[in-house]
Amino acid sequence: MRPLLIRGGRVIDPTQGLDAVLDLYLRDGAVAELGEGLAYEGAEVVDASGLVVAPGLIDVHVHLREPGGEHKETISSGARAAAAGGFTSIVAMPNTSPPIDSPASVGFVVAEGQRAGAARVYPSGCITVGQMGEQLTEFGELVHAGAVCVTDDGRPVSSAGVMRLALEYAQTFDLPVAVHAEELTLSRGGSMNEGIVATRLGLTGIPNAAEDVMIARDLMLAELTGGRLHVQHVSTRGGVELIREARARGVRVSAEASPHHFTLTDAAVELYRTDAKMNPPLRSEADRDAVRRGVADGTLDVIATDHAPHHYDEKEQAFEDAPNGIVGLETALGLSYTELVATGLIDLATLVERMSCAPARAMSIRGGTLKRGQPADVTLIDPNAEWTVDPRTFLSLSRNTPFRGRALRCRAVRTIVGGRTVWEAAP
Amino acid sequence: MAHPTAPSLGKDLLALEDLTGEQILSILDTAETFKEISVRPIKKVPALRNRTIVNAFFENSTRTRVSFEFAEKRMGADTVSISTTGSSVQKGETLVDTARNLEAMGVDMVVIRHSSSGSARFLAERIPSNVVNAGDGKHEHPTQGLLDLLTIRDHRGPIDKLKVCIVGDVLHSRVARSNIWGLRRLGAQVAVCGPRTLLPPAIEEMGVTVFRRVEEAIEWADVLNVLRLQLERMTGGFIPSLREYNRVFGVTRARIESAPRNVLVLHPGPMNRGVEIDSDVADGPQSVILQQVTNGVAVRMAVLYLLSGHAPETAEAAKRGGDA
Repeated sequence: MRPLLIRGGRVIDPTQGLDAVLDLYLRDGAVAELGEGLAYEGAEVVDASGLVVAPGLIDVHVHLREPGGEHKETISSGARAAAAGGFTSIVAMPNTSPPIDSPASVGFVVAEGQRAGAARVYPSGCITVGQMGEQLTEFGELVHAGAVCVTDDGRPVSSAGVMRLALEYAQTFDLPVAVHAEELTLSRGGSMNEGIVATRLGLTGIPNAAEDVMIARDLMLAELTGGRLHVQHVSTRGGVELIREARARGVRVSAEASPHHFTLTDAAVELYRTDAKMNPPLRSEADRDAVRRGVADGTLDVIATDHAPHHYDEKEQAFEDAPNGIVGLETALGLSYTELVATGLIDLATLVERMSCAPARAMSIRGGTLKRGQPADVTLIDPNAEWTVDPRTFLSLSRNTPFRGRALRCRAVRTIVGGRTVWEAAP
Repeated sequence: MAHPTAPSLGKDLLALEDLTGEQILSILDTAETFKEISVRPIKKVPALRNRTIVNAFFENSTRTRVSFEFAEKRMGADTVSISTTGSSVQKGETLVDTARNLEAMGVDMVVIRHSSSGSARFLAERIPSNVVNAGDGKHEHPTQGLLDLLTIRDHRGPIDKLKVCIVGDVLHSRVARSNIWGLRRLGAQVAVCGPRTLLPPAIEEMGVTVFRRVEEAIEWADVLNVLRLQLERMTGGFIPSLREYNRVFGVTRARIESAPRNVLVLHPGPMNRGVEIDSDVADGPQSVILQQVTNGVAVRMAVLYLLSGHAPETAEAAKRGGDA
């Protein structure tokens, strides 16, 4: 593979406190040199003037639907969509059909991810066998096969006792336990946020408390056990507050904000728009603002998409019958920049921290830095690009997004994984 | 009676939330004109001759379906009724497939009843036919709301002077939502009363007062609209028992008689006698429950007539048999 010299870009690497116009030299799949006026014979030179050179973006919450839902997404199509969104690594959720709860199925995701040759695909494994919430999976075997975390995402672990055991046992492997926080007896029958919009539409709402109660429980259990907790897709002001307080007490917790939760409110569901149906649901303005503040102050240290592809005819149903989720890989960077950076809430370095460095730390995966010797995973970003979301251009197999037609700023123009360009914007 | 400047209803009737007070009044006035057809020896006018209407009832409902069928037949329409039992829906056909098939058959109007909120809107957005919502999930039941308004107006005059309280299971009730919008659009004061477990969250934001005690509600109200306790939903533990419900929230003769004024009592039916309403109230002098049923046919005739493109002011001519 030919070495790559990325010249004259604004290199932002929060792990080194770097924000300067520099050259970056990538060789043998690793970061070889970072400095001014670099010149290497034989290297492919990339002119990065006007661009941001960031450690590759990492999405720790992606549904790839394979096995079992290949008409929505495959590991290969998802990895390509990730690369097109500027992501060099993604963590695949295990709630496939059948679920990823064995070393063999973890190995399958690893192998398919490598075959895709796009973004790196890291599997997660289920916390419990079949996501039934009862029997712990073989964490050690799953880690050995390549899993970077365990999660029953899509479902909560309803039993506090099982959750305690998971947080305790996972420490053997220093494994993060990622949780979909939902108290099912509070959310039952709900298809959107509880509030006036749901009442007017005649839909059963999911109260904030359904999420808050479980976040509170899991934070207490993380405190009790000393385990590593990762709270997925936080959508409520109460959840943000609970995590902020727990972290101040020293609880080992990382937490995600999803672009849709800091961009939209439950008003997006008006007229029964199934493209805005998701779980946790879009909440109130106060919740959206709390999620934004949580990202700004680092309470929600990770931005993750919860990329949830669905076939068009599955979403074209009565609201309550339609599945939850939206695609997110190809809109995440633009939405995050437009909603958080362009509005002055955070700076570009903080955005890189939330979309690259912190996700790498949360899942203990390599990347998220441009330090010498680290993997040559790099995203070139044009912060001034102006574009309009057109789902027809997505590389994902699915098109379910409420952001169709939305004007955004900033997008990835080149995605480099292990020193190799895996995606490049059309000139 | 018809409002000379009444705006048209548009393509569909999906929700009273979508209508202005003027539009609602124009439907009520047209219904008033059509009432007389139902008491003639030959109950038929040709106003909807050559129109084909499909009554697509994906959820059981005898009374609403029959009311629509009467309205359609009295207006001279060609009608077909399909219901969940034996329909392709049971074979797994989706709503969108149903919509496409109806469109392919060139149907003029579709009356839909479905257990999913928003299903009428879903259909209306996908087919060129006029769509009438005959009850969608817990969302709205606009023709029921309209017939309630007509019945209230018949007995108490202009709606804007009135205080109306909806009592019972508001949470699961599409009738309640249509009533709230309809009554408020016409200027009434609206309240709801029931156990907090059966009131939707943030209901106050729809501009209604909430009474915790039915005695307070009855003291306040000119009109009580008593909702059916949906027994099939009560397995969710919303109330401890039917007996307790009757004791605490039942509209009983004693409570009605202790009211400071003569309260008008409505009920959309079917009633659970001895649960939400006692028989001597349901059959008593304050009750206008059977008149609601009669008015239902007239309201549905009016809605179908107006949606099919006729102007409110032509209703009188249509009633006389003119091919309006």
